[in-house]
Amino acid sequence: MSTSATAGPTGPSSGTGLSAAVDLSPKSRPGERVITVVLQLSAYASIAITFGIIAALIQPVTEFFSEVPFGDFFAFDGTYAVLPLVTATLMVTLIALLVAVPLGLGAALYLSEYASRRARKILKPTVELLAGVPSVVYGFFALTFVTPTLLQEILALDVGFTNALAAGLVLGVMIIPTIASLAEDAFSAVPQAMRQGSLAMGANRMQTSLRVVFPAALSGVAAAVVLGMSRAIGETMIVTLAAGALKQFSLDPRDGMQTMTGFMATTAGGENPVGSVAYNNLFAVGMLLFVITLVLNLVSISFVRRFRQVY
Amino acid sequence: MSIAATTARQVTLATGKSKDKTPVSLAFLIALWFSMFFGVLVLLALIVNTAIDGSTRFDSELLTNYASIVRPESSGFRAGILGSLWLMVFTALLAVPLGISAALYLEEFADPTTRWNRFVEVNLQNLAAVPAIVYGLLAVAIMALLGFQNAGIVLGGALALALLILPVIIITTREAVRAVPREIRQGSLALGATVWQTTWRQTLPSAIPGIATGTILGLSRAIGEAAPLVVVGLAGSVLFDPEGVMSRITALPMQIYSLTSNSREELQQAASAAIIVLLVMVLGLNALAIFIRNKFQRSW
Repeated sequence: MSTSATAGPTGPSSGTGLSAAVDLSPKSRPGERVITVVLQLSAYASIAITFGIIAALIQPVTEFFSEVPFGDFFAFDGTYAVLPLVTATLMVTLIALLVAVPLGLGAALYLSEYASRRARKILKPTVELLAGVPSVVYGFFALTFVTPTLLQEILALDVGFTNALAAGLVLGVMIIPTIASLAEDAFSAVPQAMRQGSLAMGANRMQTSLRVVFPAALSGVAAAVVLGMSRAIGETMIVTLAAGALKQFSLDPRDGMQTMTGFMATTAGGENPVGSVAYNNLFAVGMLLFVITLVLNLVSISFVRRFRQVY
Repeated sequence: MSIAATTARQVTLATGKSKDKTPVSLAFLIALWFSMFFGVLVLLALIVNTAIDGSTRFDSELLTNYASIVRPESSGFRAGILGSLWLMVFTALLAVPLGISAALYLEEFADPTTRWNRFVEVNLQNLAAVPAIVYGLLAVAIMALLGFQNAGIVLGGALALALLILPVIIITTREAVRAVPREIRQGSLALGATVWQTTWRQTLPSAIPGIATGTILGLSRAIGEAAPLVVVGLAGSVLFDPEGVMSRITALPMQIYSLTSNSREELQQAASAAIIVLLVMVLGLNALAIFIRNKFQRSW
């Protein structure tokens, strides 16, 4: 500190000549400040996006509800009824989760508990590749292979050209990586000591995985399932192509049924003029979709936080 | 994961294995193997099935011709492929600088304990899981604010895709920046560099492989996405090349989507062949990202 003591009296004007004194007071750096502000603004742009989404939706949605009463929107019948879309979405999502939860968690357990380090390095990107396939490709596959060949020919099911079953199955395959990757994080976060304790008691790897690792990572598993559900609800092209464009309330997965996202894609691709009630209906459904996925995402994020805190 | 943890895991694997021979645990292991490879099998079935369907159309006309309903046997995807490439470039121009600067701010400058920055954090995680189609609605609204009645142009499509992949780029960039050891920063700061000088000359260069991997993965997602483009109003097919940011375009996934409603045999084959082209582009980008990760990423 002796240098700063001698440098003290010279003050901020010490930049002249070859003075040995070092000025340690914070120097004003306008360039640095500008850069920080620019970076800060771009970080806050992400907040602006969230509020932008809400702002973009609110105006058409209020217009929509000024012409269509609430009761006509949250109804099972009628032009603007949204509940058939919601039930169709839930049906497709349920089928997708029935496929993706066991397979995703199985893959995650294998990666975290059984695979060697080298195997994991190869297998993990392979599983993640499934999420990289464009959804329009999955939709085309559901339409041209799963429905006609797998369901109608091989399994001899009486399904329509478009049906919730094919869409749900393919959607399930698409969200396997979402569930697997988050669940694997949770399994890996379980402390090694817990596994060692279990193995030392004489349990084998299956017992350790199922009775120690899995329960210990339960909040992470829940986060993975909820995030997978959110993805399934928001996925568009598979359901637009394979689940059909017929808005109807049905609990039979062999029927074609239009989901919320399917409705949005069909309406947006249609000929409705901007500002018409039918066009604003798109934004009302979009708002509902945004709210549902927002709630699910927040639930998932809070579960993730829980397992990060515990270990 | 630290080296200590992985070696500990390998040791326990070695001890646990000897008791794995009971039928139940073997069945369990087989079930895990099945769930591991089920998705890959589906992907293989998808590729083989599509390749067989489209095998008659693997010719140069597929890439060089415009879409044609009059001559479906030589209908091509020139407009879609060029449109997708243009969209990818402009999406990258919009999203990459913004994403990297946001990530740098959050990692290097912001105080993560403040309530505001925790809000930014949760907000980002949520944005990464907002349905793609919702970003289309946002892009339409922004284009209307900017005064464009027709959003089905290069700018509108790129805007929707950039909004979609921005959270992905921010999150992966943050992870890459976070992986750079603290000692490198401290060394630079101790030599008198400012925080920005440290970030620009030390942290950022060390994090580039990770950032490149995340960016390429984000772009590969953008190039395959159709839902926001449908909402923005991109055409299912156009018969000219893109000329500028105001040019009306289509994209490869859009062209495939519009063909599915047409039941003509030749057009279905063309769609299958186009899917293979799209898969080559997307999976090629994925492979490039993994290659960069494995080849250039340093572990400290």
